[in-house]
Amino acid sequence: MAQRRAPLEYNRLWQMRLWLFAVFFFLYAPLVALIAFSFNDSKRNTVWRGFTLNYYKKLFGNEDLLIAFGNSLTIAFLATLISLVIGALAAVLLWRYRFMGKAVVEGAFTLPLVVPEICMGVAMLLFFTRVLPWPNNLIWPLNLGSIIIAHVSFCFPFVALVVRARLASFNKEQEEAARDLGANDWQAFRDVLLPHIRPALIAGGLLAFTLSLDDFVITFFTSGPDTITFPVKVYSMLRFSVTPEVNAASTMLILLTIVLMVVMMAMQSRSQTKA
Amino acid sequence: MATRTQERRLAFLATALPPIAWVVVFFLVPLGIVWAYSFGQNQGLTEVDISGTFANYARALQPLYLQIFAKSIFVAGVTTLLCLIIGFPVALAIVFASERWRPWMLLLIMLPFWTNLLIRTYALIAVLRTEGYANFTLEWLWNQGSWLLTLVGLQPLGDFTPLQLLYNNFAVVVGLVYVHLPFMVLPLYAALDRLDKSLIEASLDLGAGHFRTLFSIVVPLALPGILSGIIITFVPALGAYLTPDLLGGPDSQMIANVIERQFKRANDWPFGAALSFLLMYATFAVIAFRAYAARGQPADGHGI
Repeated sequence: MAQRRAPLEYNRLWQMRLWLFAVFFFLYAPLVALIAFSFNDSKRNTVWRGFTLNYYKKLFGNEDLLIAFGNSLTIAFLATLISLVIGALAAVLLWRYRFMGKAVVEGAFTLPLVVPEICMGVAMLLFFTRVLPWPNNLIWPLNLGSIIIAHVSFCFPFVALVVRARLASFNKEQEEAARDLGANDWQAFRDVLLPHIRPALIAGGLLAFTLSLDDFVITFFTSGPDTITFPVKVYSMLRFSVTPEVNAASTMLILLTIVLMVVMMAMQSRSQTKA
Repeated sequence: MATRTQERRLAFLATALPPIAWVVVFFLVPLGIVWAYSFGQNQGLTEVDISGTFANYARALQPLYLQIFAKSIFVAGVTTLLCLIIGFPVALAIVFASERWRPWMLLLIMLPFWTNLLIRTYALIAVLRTEGYANFTLEWLWNQGSWLLTLVGLQPLGDFTPLQLLYNNFAVVVGLVYVHLPFMVLPLYAALDRLDKSLIEASLDLGAGHFRTLFSIVVPLALPGILSGIIITFVPALGAYLTPDLLGGPDSQMIANVIERQFKRANDWPFGAALSFLLMYATFAVIAFRAYAARGQPADGHGI
């Protein structure tokens, strides 16, 4: 035998390595090319003509795009805050109480996770045109209200899911001890339960933020001409042409995603070393 | 002074009311309106009369729309199968990777998953279009081949004609696989990671080959995770809107694109509502099948 290896070291097989390389190439080559060509000094996206920051300069001069980017961040931030409250309450409700129709409520909280995006978008479109027409001359950020509401509806179940998983490891005796020592419901919640679920709130919050920032389909159905978000703006730019400016804008968003992921991983490893 | 019971009740209401009210008002009511609309008919330009008619559903069951449904299911199925074939070795590699490499490989799988869907689709457009990187590479290879042929004294190849890689069904499947691969790899990884590795070693010790071990030990034990992966990939692929819209051609419309058209250009909301609910029923059927297949098995925490 030319090469001896332990039976389970599949990763030493060259076929396996080739496969992994191919898969990661498939996943990353388009993104790397997209980022690289945002610095390319050419209108055409195929041939490298030299380094330039022109498209970033253009980007920061493109007011529509900047407004859309600001809208996206505002929506993501506010939707995350509301999702955290609603999602944490939903998790605590299902974890602590037994009540009539609990199974139905639990089903209702998981439904947004499985309903196809397009159906949810359509539902929000109908709701905000026929039941609750959102006034379109409100001041910022109230004019983004309908989009924020729609985003909370699909984000909070993810927060609930993460928080509930964390609650499973909570020792209820701790809370009872707090009560025995004279804490009321609110104090027991604030001083005992909340610190325990904090890592889940951080993870769930970042998940909600990314989901909100990422969403195109549901926003596409709820946004009006004055409430364009970044994905919706990029979509309309794509419809016309593929320009390096879109590459530059995308690169900025990818960068933001990477920063968010690094923050999340740092927080996770910190809470792990604490535990 | 509030008694203990009253205080308890207040705490329960404070916990229960906000999420239940939210899900009812901002989720169930909107869906209910869509459901009601699916039994309505257009009256003039904007008015819809909810008359309890089944005409929209009858229209949705015409061959034209049934064909689009069948096509969506087929495309989502092919996507899921490709994700499984491509993703299984990757999940296996992550499981058997050393402690040092595993978090990095997981991160590499998850990073595209966190990247904006629109951006990833756009990145693919730049690769696949006629003057894109794929054709660019092919042209280079073609010219090199041509040059090699002249070296050995043969006729050079003709001019390179770029392949039409974009705006067809091929592009849609490539795009869906590209987007959904992490959905498949993560549940597969979770299932394979919990597998008792000594069982694999035992199988190998007893003389089974790697492929036999894979198919009679690893796959059956990881089946719940494989099923989860299949469902988690198939369901969003079935309802995909953006990928067929941006990468597909006129004949690669999926059901979500037809729904969108009813609500925007065609302005036939009742019919669009009926199609939406058919898509939802199809989704629920798939998830119910998953629950049925998983009955009697311990909950793995990765079902949807």
